[in-house]
Amino acid sequence: MNPLSLYEKLWQSHVVREEPDGTALLYIDRHLVHEVTSPQAFEGLRLASRGLWRRDSILATADHNTPTTQQTVIADPVSRLQVETLDDNCRRYGITEFPMGDHRQGIVHVIGPEQGATLPGMTVVCGDSHTSTHGAFAALAMGIGTSEVEHVLATQTLLTRKAKTMQVRVEGALPPGVTAKDVALAIIGDIGTAGGTGHAIEFAGSTIRGLSMEGRMTLCNMAIEAGARAGMVAVDDTTIRYLKGRPYAPKGSQWEAAVAYWRTLHSDEGVRFDKVVTLNSETIEPLVTWGTSPEMVVVVNGRVPDPALEPDDTRREGMERALRYMDLQPNMAISDIAIDKIFIGSCTNSRLEDLRAAAVILKGRKVAPNIKLALVVPGSGLVKEAAEQEGLDKIFVAAGFEWRNPGCSMCLGMNDDRLLSGERCASTSNRNFEGRQGAGGRTHLVSPQMAAAAAVAGHFVDVRTFLD
Amino acid sequence: MKQFTSLNGLVVPLDRSNVDTDAIIPKQFLKSIQRTGFGPNLFDAWRYLDEGQPGRDNAQRPLNPDFVLNQDRYQGAQILLARENFGCGSSREHAPWALDDYGICALIASSFADIFYNNCFKNGLLPIVLPAPVIDQLFQSVANQPGYRLAIDLVAQTVKTPEGAEYGFSVNEFHKYCLLNGLDEIGLTLRHADEIRAYETRRAQSEPWIFGVSA
Ligand code: SF4
Repeated sequence: MNPLSLYEKLWQSHVVREEPDGTALLYIDRHLVHEVTSPQAFEGLRLASRGLWRRDSILATADHNTPTTQQTVIADPVSRLQVETLDDNCRRYGITEFPMGDHRQGIVHVIGPEQGATLPGMTVVCGDSHTSTHGAFAALAMGIGTSEVEHVLATQTLLTRKAKTMQVRVEGALPPGVTAKDVALAIIGDIGTAGGTGHAIEFAGSTIRGLSMEGRMTLCNMAIEAGARAGMVAVDDTTIRYLKGRPYAPKGSQWEAAVAYWRTLHSDEGVRFDKVVTLNSETIEPLVTWGTSPEMVVVVNGRVPDPALEPDDTRREGMERALRYMDLQPNMAISDIAIDKIFIGSCTNSRLEDLRAAAVILKGRKVAPNIKLALVVPGSGLVKEAAEQEGLDKIFVAAGFEWRNPGCSMCLGMNDDRLLSGERCASTSNRNFEGRQGAGGRTHLVSPQMAAAAAVAGHFVDVRTFLD
Repeated sequence: MKQFTSLNGLVVPLDRSNVDTDAIIPKQFLKSIQRTGFGPNLFDAWRYLDEGQPGRDNAQRPLNPDFVLNQDRYQGAQILLARENFGCGSSREHAPWALDDYGICALIASSFADIFYNNCFKNGLLPIVLPAPVIDQLFQSVANQPGYRLAIDLVAQTVKTPEGAEYGFSVNEFHKYCLLNGLDEIGLTLRHADEIRAYETRRAQSEPWIFGVSA
């Protein structure tokens, strides 16, 4: 038999039919739904008098618009209507929802895995580009648009074409102070934001095998920032250990059968990928983005690059525009960049492990006086509860952080948490686009411990100087 | 869905690479539960000098005179010319909705981000990929010739310039068929409902834990 890649295995096991031109009808096992990209899809169903194909495939939660303060009613009427529309649709169609106020509510990409609703061998979709996160479980997880959300609701399938395959192999031990987030940024810095276009990326190698599920999710989360259609990691003991006992995970004899099948979910020996990229993790350092695209990345002890040295016209203009927007000078030291706000959260870095890592840095230390606001927003109600049980909330609050309720929050500022024009933020999220965290706001992407260290110093600083 | 067969339209150039969907339609407009009305807020942060909010009268807002969409010569444009990796970032379908609502019918770029590219077809927009040197040439022609138009023919899969150059482009058969006929994909898929059910029966045997589970 021909050796197959993990992607090919997942693809083949879900094809319902395939047209001669390569367009395939792919069966969808899990459909995650949130309030922003679903209202028009439900509306479309109603207009066409269509029903749901398979209700038990769907799990819904409100996350983008939800307040992170103690507020129980959303003040902004437009946001409120969107969240209420989701509640209504879930009630009307009998869909399981973790609404605002439910202790399981949270960012859709945090709650799926946390509930065991994301399982190896599944196809997972959500009207959200960071659906790639779920690929950490050897699932084929894809972000889709609202028309596709409607298509999946009505038919349980997605019309799509096979992607090309790409292996990103990272070998070696991660140096202290270097995290999965830095690995993700290093990869994007290396291959560029269009480096993965048209490809499904499998992350492999000893560094990846050494990562926790949280770390693998961080990495797969940002596969989309590398332009890829999906990111994934093969099943191993770490995957299986994480899933055991989760509410949606199989139980009893089904668990045994599932595990036996899941163990086959890896790329076969000798398989050929369309593209292979290798990195040595020992050379990766803590990273900071300096510009308005996730590929504009530099080591924390480095300097803002000089566009004058860039030979390509379009790239040079892009760099100049980014520096203007970010209000930075070429060649200035990254550690000289002073910060106004700190955001620890988002589907990239809001899990328990992320909060623990930041708390290690903050314990017994204080946020610098020039920091106007430092936020920690746990990814879900369950993450929040677990962190509180360990006393992490007390460490954050003692350091001067605000300890908030779960949601997307300042990752994109659809609720009240956002940057004001001109404000600069050290953020653990995934996008540093112009205006992403608020119109005129300036975002630098970093790992949770780098964000914590920046909070203490008031500017970027090498987190390794905090570790003894 | 809207049909697309051919178009002879005015071209507006957006000379940047990596234009993301946050730029195409900023997040504050994603709170709408409707599919229409996004056109006035297309490229909002670049187009206006103040910050836009849903429900505000856009006619009263100060325009950024430097932004191409605000220049007289590009009013009524139906074709957007862009550079590499157009539409990257968030999967928001509000981006093609906004382009469509504004009046854009086709986009030409050296590459598109995958999700955005797909979303275009679902909304009757035609995204066309042409090689980077051709894109360079088109940017020059648009800059030098006010009123520059291109003729797009989806049946023949060609873009023709007023100078007489003709460029072929590729598009997959299924997308082409749906676009030419204005077909609803859900209706097409449901013709295969029996196959989907048969597939489910097989999977329920091999992976029963996927089905009928709730927490
Ligand atoms: S946390 Fe940010 S990136 Fe993740 S789903 Fe929410 S808005 Fe999107």
